[in-house]
Order: sequence, then structure tokens, then C-alpha cells
Amino acid sequence: MKHVVLMAVAIVIAFPFYWMISTAFKSFFEATQFPPTMFPHELHFENFATAWGDAPWAGFFRNTFLIGIAVTLGELTTSVLAAYAFARLSFKGQGAIFFILLATYMIPGEATLIPNFVLVTRYLHIVDTLQVQIIPFLASVFSIFLLRQHFRSIPNELADAAEVDGAGHLRFLWSVVLPLSVPVLVTVTLITGLGVYDAFQWPLLVTNSDAVRPVQVGMAQFRTEFGAQYHLEMAAATFVIAPVVLIFLFAQRYLIQGVARTGIRG
Amino acid sequence: MPRPAIGATRRRRILAENLLGYILVLPAIVIILIFQFLPGFAAVYMSLFRWDIVQGAFRGLDNYQTVLVGGRAEEFWQSLSVTLTYTLITVPIEIVISLVLAYLLFQKMRGRGIYRALYFLPYITSVIAAAVIFNWLMNPSYGLFNTLLGFVGIGPQTWLDEPRGIIELIVGSFGATLPDWSPFAAGSPFHQSIFAGPSLALVGVSIYTIWHYIGFQIVIFLAGLGNISNEYYEAARLDGASERQIFTKITLPLLSPTTFFVATIATIGSLKAFNQIYAMTNGGPLETTKTLGYEIFHVFFQQGRIDLGAAMAVLLTLMILVFTVFQFRVAERRVHYG
Repeated sequence: MKHVVLMAVAIVIAFPFYWMISTAFKSFFEATQFPPTMFPHELHFENFATAWGDAPWAGFFRNTFLIGIAVTLGELTTSVLAAYAFARLSFKGQGAIFFILLATYMIPGEATLIPNFVLVTRYLHIVDTLQVQIIPFLASVFSIFLLRQHFRSIPNELADAAEVDGAGHLRFLWSVVLPLSVPVLVTVTLITGLGVYDAFQWPLLVTNSDAVRPVQVGMAQFRTEFGAQYHLEMAAATFVIAPVVLIFLFAQRYLIQGVARTGIRG
Repeated sequence: MPRPAIGATRRRRILAENLLGYILVLPAIVIILIFQFLPGFAAVYMSLFRWDIVQGAFRGLDNYQTVLVGGRAEEFWQSLSVTLTYTLITVPIEIVISLVLAYLLFQKMRGRGIYRALYFLPYITSVIAAAVIFNWLMNPSYGLFNTLLGFVGIGPQTWLDEPRGIIELIVGSFGATLPDWSPFAAGSPFHQSIFAGPSLALVGVSIYTIWHYIGFQIVIFLAGLGNISNEYYEAARLDGASERQIFTKITLPLLSPTTFFVATIATIGSLKAFNQIYAMTNGGPLETTKTLGYEIFHVFFQQGRIDLGAAMAVLLTLMILVFTVFQFRVAERRVHYG
């Protein structure tokens, strides 16, 4: 009985993915047939090539990849450094700075959207670039909190031992703390990377040429231009979704644990 | 007696640690201040001025007046009502479904990991691409949803193009009409019977939303279930409690902090809804799916009214803040729980 319920729900949840792939292989004629066919009569592999050629997908993926690398590395670096300072150093004004972070955590993206838009368009003049999609995301309060919590759990004895050995803070961070934090670092990397891959509203507002637009904006654009070519639309959706599904297959443990522990909902 | 002076080496070490602290937090703090902290206050500031591409005259609370009771009031309240309706449809259904599934999944069984991974899959799927799939499923001419409706003898629907309420549609299919009561005047584009219910388009967006988020909810519920000590269950079984009693008398009450947490976080999510609306309906038909998140985008970006957009964003932020504070409290309890 339990298995029947779980299985039925699994089918309902998986079905949209099946339907996407199934439609992606059909001819336009078959995709718009009524009643629809469950399995494609012939497999039209060329749909993927056609969809890929109809829009500058290679550029969209390249942009997302570059932004993803820059944001993930940058955010990881700034967060690790700041988290270490909050977790294992004491300095004047630490409490006050930490309070600013807490307050920032309460401010939703909806509040900052318009001022940031005005800032990058009127003052920084970096609209329609890759930088504008990178710089605002080079630090994350959430990542700092997560890493700080973990760094604090590292036993003081290790720090004392490092000190006896004459290792300074940076040395201790690099050769003791980071190796002990690999799972958390993986979680932060995955959550940040997925965030970049899904980024939509900000790039939609601050870019207007294909040369710098990321994948999701490309997908929305493709839908507007080729929306009536359902089979191509589904082929495009397939290759947009495929990378995250692949990453998920390999890293689901980290992702699910990360979400369970942190409770963030994108 | 003067305190004994700290040794010079020690003083130097404290100074060095202070300096190192500032250097380490500096990069993160600069970015956070510029792009996340100060803009929060800038939004309030901007909402008090007139903006025509550049900053104009100080207007006090005039922008808020325009939004709440003036020329933009009708569309603002419409979008707020859409947002609340959307929340009321999606959040309770998501919670019930995910709670039941988490409860079933929590018991030791074969294939548990596979089910969990499968349920989680929609959540990591990019919103835009996934919304495009649902648009295709709900296509008025070729969509699979209409085929399924056909099996149970219901005629094809226009789904995301359908502005009429679902209750209106159901009542209408029996040839009856609803009383023509509406908070909006007869000539208003939003004029619709208060009994009409959410538009079929909004129901369509909600179906997608529920599909997208239940995996997330399940994972949180599973974590919550894992925090309930086994002793309670053992004691209850010894006392001869039935499975059903165990669920309603032990699981549900002890899980309530998690349930509150999930409810607030899902509510915040639906208050912010933008991407799915943009990809599925663009706020239409007849603005029946135009959530506040979309309305702000429309006003500030598409119409260029930065001032009114900022005022709306501040109002939305206040609503989100109420839930965030609430969620912080509950989150604290959730953490201390185990």
C-alpha cells in the first residue's frame, strides 16, 4: 500500500521530465497530434541540433560557466576568510560587524533589486557585462554563517598545536581547517553554483545582448522566439535541465544534506 | 594601583590579530555593504522621491499614497490578492503532500533513497526550463492535461490563458451563474464575482509550484522526523497505541516546529514569486496571475516608474520581514530541538 502511494507520486513527479524528453524526440507533426502519442514513433535526434543552432546556446552556456566559476571561487574565498575571522579571531568591532551581517540576512532580494539596478546602470556603468552578474554575488551572508558555524566546531587543541608548531592563522586555516571542512565547502559550492545556473531576474534586468546573457535568460528568450515549435522548445529545455540533473546524480548526498541542515529554499 | 602593563609582545600580538581580523572580513563586508545591506535602506530612501530616470523632488509618502489608495491602488490590491490566493493554494497543499510523503519515506524500506532523490529532482530543476515544460503540458490545443481531462469527460480548457475562476467554470458547466458581487467597480478590468475563485491560470501556476517545491519540503520534514527521539515511539507502542494514534498524538505535535518552519519559508517563497510567473503567464490573463513580485518588476522595469516600484518593494519587504522574524524564532526552536 505504502509502495503504491510512493510509486504513484514518483510517476506523477517524474512524468513532466518524461514528457519533455518524449516531445523533444518527436517531429513537429507528431508533437501536435491529437490525441498525443506516449512514445515517439521515430526518434528525431536532429531536433537537439536544430534547437542548439536556432539560438547562440554555446555563448549562453559559456557565459553561465564563466560567471559560475568566478562567483563560486570568489564567494568561497571571501566567505572562508570572513568566517574564519568571526569564528577563530577576536578583534574590535567584531560584534557590530556580525550584527550587520545578521541584519543583511533579513533584507530580502526584493528590497535591494531596484537600488542595485540604479547603482549598476547610473553609477557603476557596468550593465550588459559579465561583471555585473558576478560582482554583486562575490560575498554571501549565508555562506559565511554556514562556514563560521563549522569552523567553530574545530577543536581548540588543533589550533594550540598549530601555534606550538609556529604556524600562523593563515597557515592553520589552509592546512588544518580547510581540509577538515571539505563537506561544508562542497555544500556551499553546490548551492552557490546552482544559484548561478538558475539566476534569472537579475541577468534579465541588467543584460540586453546575447553575448553576455546566461542560460536561463536564453531559455526564456528561446521560448518567446520559438515557442510554437514545441518539439524544439522541449529539446532546448532538455539540454538546459541536463547539467543540473547530472550534477545532482553525483552529488545528491551533499545537496540534500545541505538543504536539510540549512533549510534554504531558492 | 595601576594595572600591570601588558607585555609589549602580547600587545603586538593583539594588534596583529585585530589587523588580521579586519583584513579577512574586508572583502566580504565591502560587497555585502554595497550590494546587500545599504540597498535595503536605499529602497526606502528612493521610495520617498520622484524619479524620472534621475532622482527628482522629495515627495514624502506620496508614492505610498499612489500605491495604496491613489491611481495605482487598484492594480496593487489586485496583485496583493493574487499573491495571497497563490499562497493559500500552494502552501497548505505542499505541506500536506510533503508531510505525508516524508512520513511514509521515513520508515525503513527498500528504495527509500531513490524515492527521496526522485522527489527532490524538480526542486533543483531550473525554474524557467521546468515552467516551459508545464506550459507545454497545459497547452490549450495540444497539451496532455486536456487529453487527461478528456478521459474523465471534461472538455478542453485553455489553462494558462483562462482568466475565469475555477468555481465560476465549474458552476458555469452546470449552466448556473454566480452572484455579481465584486470589490472592484463594474467597469474595472478586475471586476469579477468574489465567489469565482482563483483563475484557472493561477491554478495552473500553482500546480507547477507544488510540483517544484514538495521535494524541498520533504527533505526538511525528513530532517524534522529524524529529530524526534525514538523513545516516544517505543513508549507509545508499549502502551498499545495504534499507528494512527502515534501519528496524530506523537509525530504531528513533535513535528510542529518543523511544520511552522516549512510554512513560513514556503509563504515567503510565494510572496517573492517572480520567475515562474514570468515564464508561464507574464502576469496574465487579465492580470489574474500577477503576483506582487511580478507587479514590482512591471512597474519599475517595464513602465520605468522607479519610485512607485520602490514603494511597492518596501511594502512587500515589510510583509516578508514579518514572516522572516517569525521564521527566525521557529528556526531557533528547530535547532535546539534535537
